[in-house]
Amino acid sequence: MALIEDNNQRRPSRAPLSEQVWPFLKATLLTLGSIAVTLLGLLFITFTIGRVMPIDPVLAIVGERASQSTYDAVYYQLGLDKPLIVQFLYYLWDVLHLDFGTSLLNARPVSEDIVRVFPATLELATIGIFFGVVLGVPLGVLAAVRKGSWIDQIARVVALVGYSMPIFWLGLMGLLVFYGILGWVGGPGRVGIFYVDVVPNVTGLILVDSLLDGNWDVFKNAFSHIILPASLLGYYSLAYVSRMTRSFMLEQLSSEYITTARVKGMSEWDVVWKHAFKNIRVQLITVIALSYANLLEGSVLTEIIFSWPGIGSYITTALLSADMNAVLGGTVVVGLIFILLNIFSDLLYKVFDPRAK
Amino acid sequence: MNALNKLLTSAAIGLAVGVTSFSAMAETPANMLVIANRIDDVTTVDPAESFEFAGSDISRNVYNRLVNLDPMDLAAGYKPDLAESWDVSEDGKTITFTMREGVKFHSGNPVRAEDAAFSLQRAVILNKTPAFILTQFGFTPENATETIRADDNKLIITTDKKYATSFVLNCLTSTIGGIVDKETVMANEVDGDMGNTWLKTNSAGSGPYILSGWKPNESVTLTSNPDYYGGAPAMERVIVRHVIESASQRLLLERGDIDIARNLNPEDIAGVLSADGVKVEDELKGRLMYLALNQKNPVLAKPEVRQAFKYLVDYEGMKNSFLKGQYTIHQNFLPATYLGASDENPFSYNIEKAKELLAAAGVEGLEVEIGVREAQERIEIGQSFQNAAAQAGIKVNITVGTAKQILARYRSRDIDVYLGAWGPDYPDPQTNAGTFAYNPDNSDAANATGLLAWRTGWDAGGLTEKVEAAVTEGDREKRVQMYLDIQKEFREISPFVVMFQQIEQSAMRDNVTNWSTGQAVTSAAYWQVTK
Repeated sequence: MALIEDNNQRRPSRAPLSEQVWPFLKATLLTLGSIAVTLLGLLFITFTIGRVMPIDPVLAIVGERASQSTYDAVYYQLGLDKPLIVQFLYYLWDVLHLDFGTSLLNARPVSEDIVRVFPATLELATIGIFFGVVLGVPLGVLAAVRKGSWIDQIARVVALVGYSMPIFWLGLMGLLVFYGILGWVGGPGRVGIFYVDVVPNVTGLILVDSLLDGNWDVFKNAFSHIILPASLLGYYSLAYVSRMTRSFMLEQLSSEYITTARVKGMSEWDVVWKHAFKNIRVQLITVIALSYANLLEGSVLTEIIFSWPGIGSYITTALLSADMNAVLGGTVVVGLIFILLNIFSDLLYKVFDPRAK
Repeated sequence: MNALNKLLTSAAIGLAVGVTSFSAMAETPANMLVIANRIDDVTTVDPAESFEFAGSDISRNVYNRLVNLDPMDLAAGYKPDLAESWDVSEDGKTITFTMREGVKFHSGNPVRAEDAAFSLQRAVILNKTPAFILTQFGFTPENATETIRADDNKLIITTDKKYATSFVLNCLTSTIGGIVDKETVMANEVDGDMGNTWLKTNSAGSGPYILSGWKPNESVTLTSNPDYYGGAPAMERVIVRHVIESASQRLLLERGDIDIARNLNPEDIAGVLSADGVKVEDELKGRLMYLALNQKNPVLAKPEVRQAFKYLVDYEGMKNSFLKGQYTIHQNFLPATYLGASDENPFSYNIEKAKELLAAAGVEGLEVEIGVREAQERIEIGQSFQNAAAQAGIKVNITVGTAKQILARYRSRDIDVYLGAWGPDYPDPQTNAGTFAYNPDNSDAANATGLLAWRTGWDAGGLTEKVEAAVTEGDREKRVQMYLDIQKEFREISPFVVMFQQIEQSAMRDNVTNWSTGQAVTSAAYWQVTK
């Protein structure tokens, strides 16, 4: 009994369980609510734009020489005669059942198409952002620490070229030099023709599937095809990430606590990485998450030049063909990625920044 | 990509190729054909439904028809395919086909007259977009089983009236004439769809190739049919890869990773001509560029004004500049390579002549609107015409818009001039004669939006009867002459200014032989290709 009393005295006073759970539940519900509202808004805006823009989904199906009766039949079949809000509610009901409808053009479920094209973009964007972060962050830190030095100048030029060079041009030149002339990398497409459909499609990520299958030849070939477009996308991320890192670091390095650390005799390595860099992690997470989200959205031009069957070219082709089900499905997926990455970076804030807890 | 980017890219590639030889050239295997093409228009591979270019290419190589066009001799017209021979009844309404014996589908099932009857009945009953190619002969979903029937080894079809045999047989060479394996298709029927859903992405043919894979916007893979009755094709595997960008196609071709590039722009065609081991072949296709002058506009309805417009097109100038290599001058509604096509091109760019004609019509200070769809070549044609017309005192206002905007106005006869492109639907002259020069009821109430003559508000007058007569003429030579006569009159009096016919330029490795994109009359064939 005495022991229990003693324990009670030493135990910090804790709120009842309901009070501990409620904030967590509230935060979760708020997050889910904001996802739902954002998605609903995204769906409504995309749906409305799709219906009012001057492209005709009926014409895309029946062709320009169809008779008026054929045109009318398809018009009613698509439900275009109903009020816009009714059309939207029907669509919303289907989406809630994970049914994005059927592609007007290839007659396949849009969800199947997205499952097919999204891994191609995911693979490309992930390797791209890896290059961008692994090279861009150290470059930005170095440029800030050695401000005005030749390293800073090189970083500036690298970023400037990355910002200003059209990706179309850079992609074609990269293909010409590294594929056409030097033959160091594979050409357009995800794999060479001899390796198409060689490994079973498990994840849709060829690099992963070939490793799972233990097929080293397919892995090497796929890697030779992805390396150039991924480096290209990585380069654009690098330009952005390195400039932002430099800017964040300069702000920290001019702070008083850094001067104090130096006065205390702390090594430059510790000053830069253990103090200054530690304090820019939260801002960097936002920059990297946004950069990654942009890549996952699908870089249409890169996908076109490299014949990369990803979500960017899928949505663009669908848009040009007036295939609104495919456009809406693709847009919802891209929107969802943005939202999830935002939530993910919010969670990381809480890990790295005690004030956010 | 803007024009400057295109130019810079081509120049850079050209320069690099000029000073550097490609290292470690790849080469596709001798028994494999790899083609780069835009295949994002493939929506289905069901022959009863497919109506796009890339889809028709697949169908032509996977399905046999009753009669077919020989890619090595397209000028000869239709030849026996699954039908070994045919007889026409005295009244000209019934054609009896005798089926070829011993032919098998890819499934191993024998090809029977019953399959042929089922295929044509199915196309009529499903009534998809291209069904009109068959239903124009009076076949309906209700009467299909009586008008199209099998009797032992014979297929008997009965049309609603007498038509030229060549007309019927030409239509049967189109994609919708593909013969499917009834047993396989019906085994995959869902909710009475006659296997339509399944056939959208699978094949059940007897042709030289088997469809072994189609990934939308990615690739099509065909494997040779070793039991093909015409002999197994030399190319055991054909892969068509979806490559949108011309420069990417060019690099793949010059590296030897593909055998044929089908969508090179004029700059890249010029570039590959100087590359080692690459050649370029031209084929005329069916697409025509034309101006339609709305006859509801009283000024445009004057015969002299219609004539004047035909002298206000800088045919040679455009052909030799921005249309170079892509289009040739053609002033008739039947594309060259069609039965009855005319090679007469009497109109030339002549401002003075146009001015005389306008003066004779008493027209001064004319202002017209021209509707142009937002495609680069069309906009450039519109601008060229605008400049020429200005010299003759006509103010042309160009309205650029999407297909929905511009086409809707053309279909409702609400635009002065429409700059259009038209491709034939099936390999018979009726396909274009029946829309350019045929309009039995020009009233608004007729709402015949499918007919170009109606859209233009033009009562084709005596030409409508002449087109009807040509469709029923049994003698092939007489029929050819009838179309030549119709086109001669059409050139002079019609409100259509037919200007250009498309050329397809295929760039290929120089070891590729017997390549055929099918000219204007059909689609690409792979089974005769060798390397």
